[in-house]
Amino acid sequence: MLNISGINEGYVLDHIQAGMSLQIYHDLKLDTLEDCMVAMITNAKSNKMGRKDIIKVECPIDAIDLDILGYLDHNITVNIIKDDRIVEKRALALPKEIKNVIRCKNPRCITSIEQELDQIFILTDEEREIYRCKYCEERYRGHHRRRAASRR
Amino acid sequence: MQHLMSPMDLSVEELEELMERAADIEADPSAYSHACDGKILATCFYEPSTRTRLSFESAMLRLGGQVIGFADADSSSAAKGESVSDTIRIISSYADICAMRHPKEGAPLVASSRSLIPVINAGDGGHQHPTQTLTDLYTIHSLKGGIGNMTIGLCGDLKFGRTVHSLINALVRYPGMSFVLISPEELRVPSYIRDMLIASSIPFSEVEKLEDALPRLDILYMTRVQKERFFNEEDYLRMKGFYILDKEKMTLAGEDMLILHPLPRVNEISVEVDDDPRAVYFLQAKKGVFIRQALILKLLGL
Repeated sequence: MLNISGINEGYVLDHIQAGMSLQIYHDLKLDTLEDCMVAMITNAKSNKMGRKDIIKVECPIDAIDLDILGYLDHNITVNIIKDDRIVEKRALALPKEIKNVIRCKNPRCITSIEQELDQIFILTDEEREIYRCKYCEERYRGHHRRRAASRR
Repeated sequence: MQHLMSPMDLSVEELEELMERAADIEADPSAYSHACDGKILATCFYEPSTRTRLSFESAMLRLGGQVIGFADADSSSAAKGESVSDTIRIISSYADICAMRHPKEGAPLVASSRSLIPVINAGDGGHQHPTQTLTDLYTIHSLKGGIGNMTIGLCGDLKFGRTVHSLINALVRYPGMSFVLISPEELRVPSYIRDMLIASSIPFSEVEKLEDALPRLDILYMTRVQKERFFNEEDYLRMKGFYILDKEKMTLAGEDMLILHPLPRVNEISVEVDDDPRAVYFLQAKKGVFIRQALILKLLGL
């Protein structure tokens, strides 16, 4: 059994699909955090999922924007740790806006020529989980999330 | 500060106010001939569109204001690689309001987020062209005495035609509307428009023949099959002649049916139809100036 101890303050992201932790590491931009310790456990045994990944992050609990996790995989369990204890298990929902995680693929979009613009997608249909580019309103049809979903 | 990116930026009440103002201007243009004294409109056209640019410039000049601008990207600093955001910051110092046409979708929105002056989207790629929709709405409103309880036929390229999509979106907000969508199978409206009509319980039918629709229409909105929307010449040549309105077909239409067209036309309306009193597309272009005058006044808070 794996032991999720050793974090004084931070997060434990549990029930990540096996193999997806590196992707999530990048999408949460954990590589940009300074003075934060990150541990990734891949392919751990799980009663619920068979195999799973886990990410532990030692950091101030306001240091990470977790909204994007709701988009990537809302089945991930987010445990918030403070003073060595789980103080909150946060439920994930689809974020209203996604910034600089997915890119607009419409060749006619202004973001295709002005690279410094933020890539912003707005949730326009919650039921059907449709995101549209803020600028050209083209629907996002990328494989990023679908790939995660198909492995579930 | 208010910008105009999409016709949906304006509520039905705001549209009503705008159209009343336009009617006022149309009835007595001289009363407004100094309304914008000392104001400057910048027309920033990153791709050529003579008609739209001139209608904006005419609108501002008729209000007593002045106009600066460029007519294509080659004669602007965009050719040197300047971003839309930087350009609009500079233009904000030179003008009081800006009309922007850009081949890339969302460019005017980017400009509006950095601008210190109101920005009007004068067309961004295949995305939005709100002042065309305002022109269409105002034409219907002023010639039919209001909008509502009517059957609108939209004919031609309904797949790529942004004016059609915008117009449908704007019209469904009025009561008692129904639509007849007339196009070849290949150029039908995108599924999101169809889904929206179904979800809003708006009656509509899709037909292939113009003749089948004509007798039941209050308005016929014709569009051209735009060559630039096609990937190959062969497809374009095969489809462009599908829906041509001529004198003979017009005998099927009601006496009060109005023919609208965003112009320019290619051959989808025969020249012989121009003299028919129901053909109002040139009048529509004229009304486009009045509604743009009203819009400039509104955005300038005048």
